[in-house]
Amino acid sequence: MMRALKFGIPLLVFAALVAFFAVGLTRDPREVPSPFIGKPAPAFTLTQLGAPERVFTPEEMRGKVWLLNVWASWCVSCRVEHPLLVDMSRKRLVPIVGLDYKDKRDDGLQWLAKHGDPYQLSAYDDEGKVGIDYGVYGVPETFVIDKQGIIRYKQIGPITQEALEKTILPLVKKLDG
Amino acid sequence: MIPELGHFALVVALALATAQAVLSFTGAATGRMALMATSRSIAIGQFLFVAGAFAALAYSFVTSDFSVLNVAEHSNSRLPAHYRFAATWGSHEGSMLLWTLMLAGWTFAVALFSRHLPERLAARVLGVMGLVSAGFILFILLTSNPFERLIPAAEEGRDLNPLLQDPGMVVHPPMLYMGYVGFSVVFAFAIAALLEGRLDAAWARWSRPWTTAAWCFLTVGIMMGSAWAYYELGWGGWWFWDPVENASFMPWLAGTALIHSLAVTEKRGTFRSWTVLLAIVAFSLSLVGTFLVRSGVLTSVHAFATDPRRGIFILLFLVVVVGGSLALFAWRAPRVGLGSAFSPVSRESFLLANNVLLAVALAAVMLGTLYPLFLDALHLGKISVGPPYFDAVFVPLMAPAVFLMAIGPVASWKRARLPDLWVRLRWAFGVAVAAALVLPFVLGRWSPLVAFGLWLGLWVVTSSVAQLAQRLRTAPQATLGAKLRAQSLSWYGMTLAHLGVAVFIFGVTVVKGYETERDLRMAPGQHTRIGGYDFEFKGTREVPGPNYTAVEGTFDVRHAGSAQVIRTLHPQKRTYPVAGQTMTEAAIDWGITRDLYVSLGEPVDGGAWGVRVYHKPFVDWIWGGCVVMALGGFLALSDRRYRFARAPSVPAGAAARAAAR
Repeated sequence: MMRALKFGIPLLVFAALVAFFAVGLTRDPREVPSPFIGKPAPAFTLTQLGAPERVFTPEEMRGKVWLLNVWASWCVSCRVEHPLLVDMSRKRLVPIVGLDYKDKRDDGLQWLAKHGDPYQLSAYDDEGKVGIDYGVYGVPETFVIDKQGIIRYKQIGPITQEALEKTILPLVKKLDG
Repeated sequence: MIPELGHFALVVALALATAQAVLSFTGAATGRMALMATSRSIAIGQFLFVAGAFAALAYSFVTSDFSVLNVAEHSNSRLPAHYRFAATWGSHEGSMLLWTLMLAGWTFAVALFSRHLPERLAARVLGVMGLVSAGFILFILLTSNPFERLIPAAEEGRDLNPLLQDPGMVVHPPMLYMGYVGFSVVFAFAIAALLEGRLDAAWARWSRPWTTAAWCFLTVGIMMGSAWAYYELGWGGWWFWDPVENASFMPWLAGTALIHSLAVTEKRGTFRSWTVLLAIVAFSLSLVGTFLVRSGVLTSVHAFATDPRRGIFILLFLVVVVGGSLALFAWRAPRVGLGSAFSPVSRESFLLANNVLLAVALAAVMLGTLYPLFLDALHLGKISVGPPYFDAVFVPLMAPAVFLMAIGPVASWKRARLPDLWVRLRWAFGVAVAAALVLPFVLGRWSPLVAFGLWLGLWVVTSSVAQLAQRLRTAPQATLGAKLRAQSLSWYGMTLAHLGVAVFIFGVTVVKGYETERDLRMAPGQHTRIGGYDFEFKGTREVPGPNYTAVEGTFDVRHAGSAQVIRTLHPQKRTYPVAGQTMTEAAIDWGITRDLYVSLGEPVDGGAWGVRVYHKPFVDWIWGGCVVMALGGFLALSDRRYRFARAPSVPAGAAARAAAR
């Protein structure tokens, strides 16, 4: 009896593995929870990219649902999501504020001139200090911030059509409503 | 038309695979020779139809038929021809078809080279392989049809992922799959043996060459993947413990253990149930690896676009194949019996220790790979397990395994005496220790870890030399040449494979101990010095490629303090407009004693670039060691006792009667 049991161990181990695999199939490992979600968006004051004499702080957006999109002229994948942002701004779906991250001011402006400027304005974070406060580790990143200034969602990497339609826009609508 | 023919061929192949399984099993169960005999021809037919399907897909790729969805998504008319061909397996659908082709190929080989086997065993082996093949073809037809049409056809294809546009893509996946899938043969042998209830030395002798062959391909496949990652990803790393790397490495560990345990089963009749279990586990891990990669339950650089239906199908398939075989194992293995006893010091014990260490290492790699999945399933949070974990558990497990590997072949079967072993190996041991103490000074700087690594590698070499010397001393032949020829090829193969491990360890140790890297901003005309070499950045220029444009940097390399340029390196930064991706193409000056490696990062300003420069001493020994291991395997395979192991084809009874007359 004990011997027979011993030979059954591999089967039991495998059964446990299958159970985990089955649960695993229902999860998305790419979904990384951000510690920033549900927290107030960190405050900052930065000059504007296009107008160095003027500043921007997230306070100004109080009462609006808005997107903070972290981008840079050196960032290759930003070009991938950029047409979607331009399209969104043309349709006036939601105000988008850019955060030009660790960039040269001229490069950033040229890049916008070339690819289109979907932003209400871009804050200029040349040293990347604000990026650190927002936990940016892969540019582009996009934050959805509600009327009270709370971060409700964070997209790491380029916004995809799917993420836009299934997650971001419905969320914006819900927060607006 | 061609894609439809391919699709149709695959449907026919499914019918043939099913017939192969059903007829073989029925024939074996009822003892009807005629049924069993058909399994070979059906297996050959199945291979031809799968090959036809594969050829149809490859044809669509090579001729850029963008009315096939898969081609439109993964190829482009400006892609060079060899990459258009390799793009056949550049998608999930295509790579599953390649997998199936390999499986059918191994089945074909078994059908050709199984005439010396007892009819019933051969039929059951082909039956199991037919069953696995049917499962995979069904999977392709139901969830991953590569022949799906795109109407109207696309003007142009979306291009193959630039990361895959590399010579590595042409050879790495086929080799790896040859290895992965090759374990299906020994798996089928194991299932057949469990069904027969007969598991003896003859069974082990028949299974050994198939296992070794699969293992050699897997070794080469993994090695090519590692070398590819090294020069393509531009980080200078050669192993990342990525889930998919682990998925290929786990069957390798199981296969390595299996090769050794099969040796014991053949020579001594022991370890029987353990050997069978390893045979099941090695192939099951190949299947689990497929599941992990294809279902998207783990994140990895290799992950394809995922579809939950695929994950569910493979999981069910896993339950049937792996669950079924382990249940069969639980039921039948208690009857296969134990072998002869052996003393705690004997070659059996050394091989047992090797197996235990490999199995524990396998479990540790598996735990690390699946840990994120476990935690997520239990709602305990999302984590990832990185190289520090794997390095910390893997190296301490492998070090004693390598230490024992040097002693095992010297020890005698059944009972060995430690004092004898000491007498035989003391010189080898002493030389290895002395050389390991001195060598680090020659290479640069002394450190205990480097000395330890070198000692392990040297110990394998010196003990192999000691063993060869002893064998030559005791061989009865007169001349040295005759003595050398008298040793079996399988012994040479084993020794060569072990030396491959030593070469590998030497490479890893020296690279880890002495590599230097520099990550810096360089403007044209600037120099940097690393590992005794001087690199001068001459600037960049635009160069066109077939389906990309590249910025190419020029670096003049000199020995430090010398004016003569010994090498000019041209790393590139390529932009693929169709896929919208940028790729770093490192420039490497390969060398036996060191690699010089330059890759371009991002442009900084005014012609300056972020540049990575590496000096990697003896890094090529890592892959060289793997090649030597695989060569050892092929050498062992060509041993004559596998070639002439044909049993008389007349049934045993008839032969006995003939002899009596």
